[in-house]
Amino acid sequence: MRGDEEKRVTPLKVIYIGLILSGTLIIIALISLSLGPARISLKDILNWFIGYESIDQTAWMILFKIRLPRILLAGLVGFTLSLGGVVFQALLRNPLAEPFILGISSGAAVGAIIGIVLGLGFTFGIPLLSFLGALFTILLVMGISSRHGGLESSTLLLTGVIVNAFFTAVIMFFISTTSDSRLHSMLFWLYGDLSQSKYVQLSISFPLILIVSGIIYVFSRHLNLIVGGEESALQMGVEVEGVKWISFLGISLITGVVVSFSGIIGFVGLIVPHLMRMILGSDHRLLIPASALGGAVFLIAADTLARTIISPSELPVGVITAFLGAPFFIYLLKARGSQWTQN
Amino acid sequence: MDPELILKDVHFRYNRQWCLEGIDFELKKGEILGIIGPNGSGKSTLLKIMDGLLKIHKGEILLMNKPISSYRRGDIARCIAMVPQEETFRFPFSVSEVVLMGRFPHSGLFPFEGKEDLEITHQSMHLTGTLDLATRSIHELSGGEKQRVLIARALTQRAQIILLDEPTSFLDIRHKVEIFELISSLALTQGLSVIVVSHDISLAAQYCHRMLLLDKGSVYKIGEPAGVITADNISTVYQCPVLVDKNPISKTPRVTILSKRGEDKEETA
Repeated sequence: MRGDEEKRVTPLKVIYIGLILSGTLIIIALISLSLGPARISLKDILNWFIGYESIDQTAWMILFKIRLPRILLAGLVGFTLSLGGVVFQALLRNPLAEPFILGISSGAAVGAIIGIVLGLGFTFGIPLLSFLGALFTILLVMGISSRHGGLESSTLLLTGVIVNAFFTAVIMFFISTTSDSRLHSMLFWLYGDLSQSKYVQLSISFPLILIVSGIIYVFSRHLNLIVGGEESALQMGVEVEGVKWISFLGISLITGVVVSFSGIIGFVGLIVPHLMRMILGSDHRLLIPASALGGAVFLIAADTLARTIISPSELPVGVITAFLGAPFFIYLLKARGSQWTQN
Repeated sequence: MDPELILKDVHFRYNRQWCLEGIDFELKKGEILGIIGPNGSGKSTLLKIMDGLLKIHKGEILLMNKPISSYRRGDIARCIAMVPQEETFRFPFSVSEVVLMGRFPHSGLFPFEGKEDLEITHQSMHLTGTLDLATRSIHELSGGEKQRVLIARALTQRAQIILLDEPTSFLDIRHKVEIFELISSLALTQGLSVIVVSHDISLAAQYCHRMLLLDKGSVYKIGEPAGVITADNISTVYQCPVLVDKNPISKTPRVTILSKRGEDKEETA
């Protein structure tokens, strides 16, 4: 086991990788803060930060009222979706799983679109309806799939697909019957829009995400065992059903919250966990924090591209993640697909 | 010495039909008990109920003299380890990671292993000859290697009882013998009690102290291999004509399947 000692996941290694990724996160956030139509250089920001220089009122407004809340939201959304992806892939033992696979996104979308049709606000009204839509979907899918108190993975997946298909029809109905500027809002929401971020939204979602992540992390070893099969996990002393219920509900809850603020951003929950697994291995004690932080880094970078690439106009961030994600995923399928199709 | 596991009049059903009916036997300390029987006779189900994975509908199972239903999942995992027939890891774990997972039932909330866990893992890998595979991915292993890794994981669990579900079914003859040799030496040197389900009747007869012949969910016969594996018993239960004689070397019963074609050849010869 000599050579293996270095590969094994230890608390020190988790902290080490965690620090590297957190550092990257801060650097990406600072760079993103300095980018945009109004030129405020990184140097100015850093100088202001350590108290060397003052910045004018307009710059302050742009940095802290427009860019920072958006960057923070991008980070939280990326963190959550990527965490959700890693956990769902393990629980469902399915490499294609992501937090939206059980239909949460479409449920949230129906809620949000009804909110847009009703002309509600982007700070509370639309997110609230969207969250209720997500919550309704989770309870529906888990309710249908539970049998004798157990959740059966293939039933969950199938139910998710069906519910997704149904809600997509509902979404198309609303899109077809809307013609004014609300249509633009709908389409942006469906591809992920982080521009409506407010600090109050962050202060609601941040503590919730922190608590759920903590609980999930305690289960990281349980998830390792579940990847080898539910029955052998049970045999080795994992209370499998308890872990599944708590994890599915917890992840769905925080996914529902962030989606209600950000709209649907695809591929983050799929590619970041796979990328991290390729680099760091499959042990969830390292994979979970690495994916979550990596997801935050990735989405901040993607959103920075989305708002600067065709400046002064903007792209929905989902366009960027899909644009990068789809080719990467095809590569992954070619390189790793044979492992996924065993049995 | 008290038996480790006692089954008394155990009944189990998946639906209406009884799948196991009136099972009575006990597993003694240090014993290797072989379970044989045709497909669908309830062998795997029997293993699962002995491990508490399925709840019985009638009768009693005593693990170390206490009803198994009074144990929590983690408690059972410290007493009984199961080696599944096959296990598919969806994502690539290294061999040493897989073996280390066997320490799960001995750990608390803190999700990392200590020095003792590593020593026990090392020891199990040494006993099963899997140390050389430590850094390999579980996906790259051959059937025989994977089976030994799963046995190493079961040893890491430090359970007194090991249940194996057809550990040799996907292996060639050399690896079949290796697995039985390993089981046999573990029972001898570690004092483990072993139950092994197998379709390799003659081979199992060479290594098992006692054998249990299961027929349609009931015990047809249990006892020493020579008493259980007779041409009558095997032909009746498996509904396939067989010849049983003695292995000239080990003196244990040896089963020869009598095929129609074989008889033809004998006549023409």
